[in-house]
Amino acid sequence: MTLLAVERIKLFTTRSPWWCALVALVLTIGFSALIVGNTSGDEVATVSSTQFGYTFGMAVVMVLAALAVTTEYRFGTIRTTFQAVPHRTSALLAKTTVVALMALVIGEIGAFGSLAIGMLLKPNADLALNSGADWINVAGVGLVYALAAVIAVAIGILLRHSAGAIALLLIYMLAVENLIQLIPKIGDDIYKWMPFNVAQKFLTGDGASNLGRNGQAGPPLSTATLDQGWSLAYFAGIAAVLLIVALWSANRRDA
Amino acid sequence: MIEAQGLTKRYGKTLAVNNLSFSVEPGQVTGFLGPNGAGKSTTMRMILGLDNPTAGQVRIGGKRYHDLKQPLRTVGALLDAKWVHPNRSARAHLAWMAKSNKIPARRVNEVLDIVGLANVAGKRAGGFSLGMSQRLGIAAALLGDPEVLLFDEPVNGLDPEGILWIRKFMHRLADEGRTVFVSSHLLSEMALTASNLVVIGKGQLISQSTTKEFVAKAAENTVKVRSPHLDKLLPLVERAGGTFTESDGGVLVSDMDSDKIGELAAQNGVVLHELSPQTGSLEQAFMQITGDSVEYHTGLEAEAQQVLEASAN
Repeated sequence: MTLLAVERIKLFTTRSPWWCALVALVLTIGFSALIVGNTSGDEVATVSSTQFGYTFGMAVVMVLAALAVTTEYRFGTIRTTFQAVPHRTSALLAKTTVVALMALVIGEIGAFGSLAIGMLLKPNADLALNSGADWINVAGVGLVYALAAVIAVAIGILLRHSAGAIALLLIYMLAVENLIQLIPKIGDDIYKWMPFNVAQKFLTGDGASNLGRNGQAGPPLSTATLDQGWSLAYFAGIAAVLLIVALWSANRRDA
Repeated sequence: MIEAQGLTKRYGKTLAVNNLSFSVEPGQVTGFLGPNGAGKSTTMRMILGLDNPTAGQVRIGGKRYHDLKQPLRTVGALLDAKWVHPNRSARAHLAWMAKSNKIPARRVNEVLDIVGLANVAGKRAGGFSLGMSQRLGIAAALLGDPEVLLFDEPVNGLDPEGILWIRKFMHRLADEGRTVFVSSHLLSEMALTASNLVVIGKGQLISQSTTKEFVAKAAENTVKVRSPHLDKLLPLVERAGGTFTESDGGVLVSDMDSDKIGELAAQNGVVLHELSPQTGSLEQAFMQITGDSVEYHTGLEAEAQQVLEASAN
């Protein structure tokens, strides 16, 4: 508990986490408002429409999470941290937990904020959370953000450089994963197992939260073959493996 | 009490620290002296468990750093004053450190008072001058009221007032019975601060002794002699085992003390205008002893040596 308090003090006594949180919320909610606001006629707004913008917020949350570690390396405070807490695994796990919790909170505020703005813009659309699929699509965003933050922290621990870690994370998430599909023959099969594609499957499932549509005023459905529960487990597993590798590396390398 | 045994650190092909053994006793300031790149900082990082030694070990009060419970209460260290997040306030920086070792929050204000930063505690540490950063680093080191204190080049870049402050501060800490280990590449600074010296060069131990012993051993003592009858005196000096070199207006005699030269002169009726023992400068002594072990030789160094010699004569 002490270590969690330490990391909480560290995270909230600099300004960048607050800015990142604000930007993440504005992007997510703003983009969702655009999508919902532009629905008309056949393209009815759905719960899924209101969550269209979650990837933008997630990108910013990953930047926040990576920075939480890499700035410590940049400014040398990681050495002070390890001096105060020589058991590096505990210190870094505490940091990961605090950052993941913050990501969870940002995710939930963003998701329910997006839903609320959707209801405001389209009072006549059925945006009530009527089913499990609807609930997962909204409340699940926080979980995905938290796990994405764990991935970002792990990459931050491994690379130690802000620019490098952020570039790798964003290029991977926004470009590389999609470009995999261009590989002839096997590309599509590999893509089915790419972590963020699988995370998308967890949120949107087979499209029940978007009236069963693939696309149309909602995000296109994921090609992942796992069911929703296993998708979440798979994404969490990827995050856990990366974190374990990062902790192993941090214990071996000189600080 | 710090004890290093066979401490070795290898980075690829470079041997930064080689089989280093020394001990640092409580109740006095021990200097850690060596040219730049000698391995002082690496050694200090190994003491704190930040770098893993390739071989050997270092113990603090008999324990490895990793085995210390709430280590800030045992060891306080200032390795680099810039290891602070620039957008975090001085107070917040100390607050998280205090929290991590269950040090009461009021101690943060106490150490801020001790180092005289109470007025700027809420300001961003990134806006601090080097002197203020250094004080913040010292406040962090003192946070857990530790028995052992490590300072890496604490006076680097400070103004004379700051240097004096730190020097007095170290003496005070040692007088309180703490173990104070402070590194520097300036022997003149160490001579004023430390009563004991651990001297290293190229990662190896050159000597561990009191500062006095080190200076005496290192400084080549010569005697300056001026006399209208040098031509008569010098052969006598040579016969008695002394050697001499020309020096402006006289000679510098080595390997013989002033008592002996004076007696020789009196016995042979030689008039002396000057007979003065010369104590070599500390820098000279230091360069002489570590001269072979400087990591980065440059042409400038030879020049510096000449300047030093000229100023000493």
